[in-house]
Amino acid sequence: MPSHERSFRTPAVILRRQDFGEADRLLVVLTPGHGKLRAIAKGARKPAARKTGHVELFALVDMLISRGRELHIVAQAETREPFLPLREDLVRGTYANHLVELLDRFTADQDTGRAEFDLLVSALGWLCTDADPRLVARYYELALLALAGFAPSLHQCAVGQESLEPQDQFFSPPDGGAICPEHRAGLERGTPLSLNALKALRYMQTRPWEAARVLNLNGPLHLELERVMLAYITYILEQRLQSVEFLKRLRREER
Amino acid sequence: MSKAVPQSVTQLIEAFSRLPGVGPKTASRLTYYLLRAPDEMTQTLAAALVDLKTKTRYCSVCFNITEDDPCPICADSGRDATQVVVVEEPLDVLAVERTGAYQGRYHVLHGAISPVEGIGPEDLKIRELVERVQKEGVLEVIVATNPGMEGDATAMYLQRQLAPTGVKTTRLARGLPTGGDLEYVDSITLLRALQGRHEI
Repeated sequence: MPSHERSFRTPAVILRRQDFGEADRLLVVLTPGHGKLRAIAKGARKPAARKTGHVELFALVDMLISRGRELHIVAQAETREPFLPLREDLVRGTYANHLVELLDRFTADQDTGRAEFDLLVSALGWLCTDADPRLVARYYELALLALAGFAPSLHQCAVGQESLEPQDQFFSPPDGGAICPEHRAGLERGTPLSLNALKALRYMQTRPWEAARVLNLNGPLHLELERVMLAYITYILEQRLQSVEFLKRLRREER
Repeated sequence: MSKAVPQSVTQLIEAFSRLPGVGPKTASRLTYYLLRAPDEMTQTLAAALVDLKTKTRYCSVCFNITEDDPCPICADSGRDATQVVVVEEPLDVLAVERTGAYQGRYHVLHGAISPVEGIGPEDLKIRELVERVQKEGVLEVIVATNPGMEGDATAMYLQRQLAPTGVKTTRLARGLPTGGDLEYVDSITLLRALQGRHEI
């Protein structure tokens, strides 16, 4: 239960920031105990200010926050984990944008709890390892969907509720998961979901990251998983994801 | 707003409120200050605002804000056309010019890549930069985007785009600010400062 002292100490991940006033920055931070907060980091655009560099995007920062009437004030900030590789690799950095964008869209200001915070911090850390960033993204998406109450149904047909047979299926965002060919017949919705894609999604949905990270999937399977997950997420959010567009562009330009 | 306040006053307060960093209180203060100010002052301000939009445009070479096209820097034959500093905003040109140490030219991107905000390369003057490098015999592109997540992403993207042209692409060095205190420096800056140390 958050206390109501004038100021409080908390770890925080910087989700968004924008210039504010003469030399300040308005931050949107995610904290484990106070949800998403908007706070001003005064003077943070001046190179010699003490907070500058400690309020960098996607960094995990220990903050002392003073409560304000409308906006909080960042009284102190010290970087705990800068997630440096995200700043040195364009693709990994863009995946970090994707993780943060999803969290931001799925959570309202106050309802974000420790689980979402821990998941984001963990996933940003995974992106800094040599793990395939596509796997990190899919694993994170499944975990975040579960926390938000939208875990896709991957073991039972989302329409008929019977156990899915080990065969190619369909995925239907409006029905909330995989549907069998039998129940799909006659429905106008649902796109093909290969058995391998279904197995990979199930594996990621039920295993810890340490087990999932060693999954060795080929390119077309990665693309299929991305297509299925993004179609589902876009359906839930009812809006396009910005970071994904840039990821697709990078991929096109790499060819 | 109350009907006791004349329409023309309300209109100006609302116009000021739309400016970045100006809240309703400041907007009201500015409006009432101008109401009491001499006519000459308000007329100068109004004329300056009109000129700002009618007389300025983007330089067709570097995309800085200018009254003449090309801008004075691009038109100056005394400046080194083989070096181009790439900045995010026109104000950054002024910052580099203040050093008095740079004699090359500029290219203003008008922003930085921010996937989460939906700002992509197509929203910036990146294609124009690549074309310029290909056409104008540029030997070095110095990327001076802001040292943050968006500025770094922009720098990395530029490096990818410029690599096929063979131009030398450099990034401004990063380190400790003059007058700063080592105790408060963040680990990224300190790491960069260590990497970029030089012999004395």
